[in-house]
Amino acid sequence: MPGSSIVRRMPDAPDHAIVVEALHKSFGKVEALRGIDFSVRRATVLGMLGPNGAGKTTAVRVLTTLLLPDSGRASIEGFDVVRDAAAVRRCIGLAGQTTAIQLELTGRENLDVMGRLNHLPRARVRARAGELLERFDLIGAADRPAKTYSGGMQRRLDLAASLIGEPSVLFLDEPTTGLDPYGRLGMWEIIRELVAAGTTLLLTTQYLEEADELADTIVVVDHGRVIASGSSDQLKDRVGGDVLEFEVPDTGRLDAGVRAVVVMSDAPPHVDPQTRRVTVSVGGRGSQALVEAVRLLDSAGVETTGLSLRRPSLDDVFLAVTGHAAESEEDGATRKRRGRGPRRAD
Amino acid sequence: MAVLSSRMQAPSATQLARWAVSDALVIAHRNLIVWLRVPAYIVFTVVQPVIFVLLFRYVFGGAIRVPGSGGYVDYLMPGIIAQTAAFATFATAIALAQESTKGVIDRFRAMPMARSAVLAGRLIADSVRMLIVILVIVGVGYAVGFRFHNGVLGALGMILLAEAFGVTVCCVSAFVGLAIRDEESVQAFGLIWIFPLTFVSSAFVPIATMPGWLQAFANNQPVTLVVNAMRAMALGGPVNPALWQSLAWLAGTLIVFTPLAVRSYRRVG
Repeated sequence: MPGSSIVRRMPDAPDHAIVVEALHKSFGKVEALRGIDFSVRRATVLGMLGPNGAGKTTAVRVLTTLLLPDSGRASIEGFDVVRDAAAVRRCIGLAGQTTAIQLELTGRENLDVMGRLNHLPRARVRARAGELLERFDLIGAADRPAKTYSGGMQRRLDLAASLIGEPSVLFLDEPTTGLDPYGRLGMWEIIRELVAAGTTLLLTTQYLEEADELADTIVVVDHGRVIASGSSDQLKDRVGGDVLEFEVPDTGRLDAGVRAVVVMSDAPPHVDPQTRRVTVSVGGRGSQALVEAVRLLDSAGVETTGLSLRRPSLDDVFLAVTGHAAESEEDGATRKRRGRGPRRAD
Repeated sequence: MAVLSSRMQAPSATQLARWAVSDALVIAHRNLIVWLRVPAYIVFTVVQPVIFVLLFRYVFGGAIRVPGSGGYVDYLMPGIIAQTAAFATFATAIALAQESTKGVIDRFRAMPMARSAVLAGRLIADSVRMLIVILVIVGVGYAVGFRFHNGVLGALGMILLAEAFGVTVCCVSAFVGLAIRDEESVQAFGLIWIFPLTFVSSAFVPIATMPGWLQAFANNQPVTLVVNAMRAMALGGPVNPALWQSLAWLAGTLIVFTPLAVRSYRRVG
């Protein structure tokens, strides 16, 4: 973009690395973003949480200058993502669902290519590549083609490639999707180190646990809007106390089980017909709720397994703010199935 | 913050131009390494045309009567070389389609590198690849009896025209790859347009042997013009009007397809 040589920083929000205001983006008739607002303080992690198709990736693509928004504005380190796109690209890194790794090249060669495309001097590229390979535990595999790497190693190499230009703001679009638990833990550790070193991070994820684990602030996105935001604890408080949970092994008795506990909460119980699990938000009654549930279910003659009382998870948050479970939008078929289940919670 | 602020300065026009060149070369280098490391790519671009040379030279060749004194192998080689150059651009289309679906192009576009580098680098690498393949096929031709009969300049002219033809088809393929973006469709579509263009031409058989309606097409399509000009340069005989007509075709094709390729590159994602 020719106008991008005019570099100016926005005076507002000096302690925020990412500022997003009323961002809209449609693809034909599909409104992917319907007015998203949020901001991210320097050296913190924003977790963007939502089901597939919620608008997370679209938001990341606008913020990384890959898509022009229809309206609204966004800035990275004070640079407007539309007017100062070139300056934005000099301060960001992007990794995640897409990969920039060329599998035929070795790990070191991949980093070399990315470093040179970031216009670092040759010597600096070499030094940075060595550092990153060391840090991401790839030094032993550095001179092997990347196609011989495990999924977790490829993901780490890809992250290293996005860090070679020393970005101050990093976008990770579902960085652990498809990784095994070991790979996921390794990725989490790296992410924590980056943030400790001062990187600002925007992380999108479908995994509630991941946002819970890593994010300072969480925004829950659904249908192109931010429907809730706050720290993990703040969001959990919105659920209102503890969550009671049980399973009904006999599918025929599932309805009766739900009817038995419906009096325990103002919010209707949520039922997952596949696992036959019922969850009820029961407020701050503590173990009293357990006693009550046992009594109600017993007098209704419903046999249950795994009856428990727990602190709400982000799963429950998602359910409370959207009316549907986080995973339930993956495909329409699943949704329909759930829709036919008894007393669906919307 | 010193590092950050120096990075934030808007680069000068000269700096941007220098980066445009160096970024394209980095991408070109990367693409060439990939080509050299994937045996399947080498097979497709080198072994396949060698098989064609052997097939037409020894299997079909005996049954094909051509005008002129040199025999079929001399007639065949300029045609095979042009066809090889055109086929080599399959790889261009496939690679760009893959890079756009895998998100590689997205990643590059979110970086401070020159935006022209992905396409320019691809074309540079493919031109180098093309030249290597052409030289290999000329060598194979020599081994099976082909000879240049029109001096060193004629030989160089033929190779240059083949290269120019290949690079032009590359631009068309780049557009096809970026516009279709699905690897398998790109392959299928490539067969639909590259096969008839190269086979329904003077590349393998004299056009006079084709039925009349097909001759009308074969006589007036660019591959025939390019092959005729290549043949004249390699073997002797009148080079024009085939040469200037080919160059006009190539220039026209570039003028149409380069902006189309750039436009579909911008639209990726």
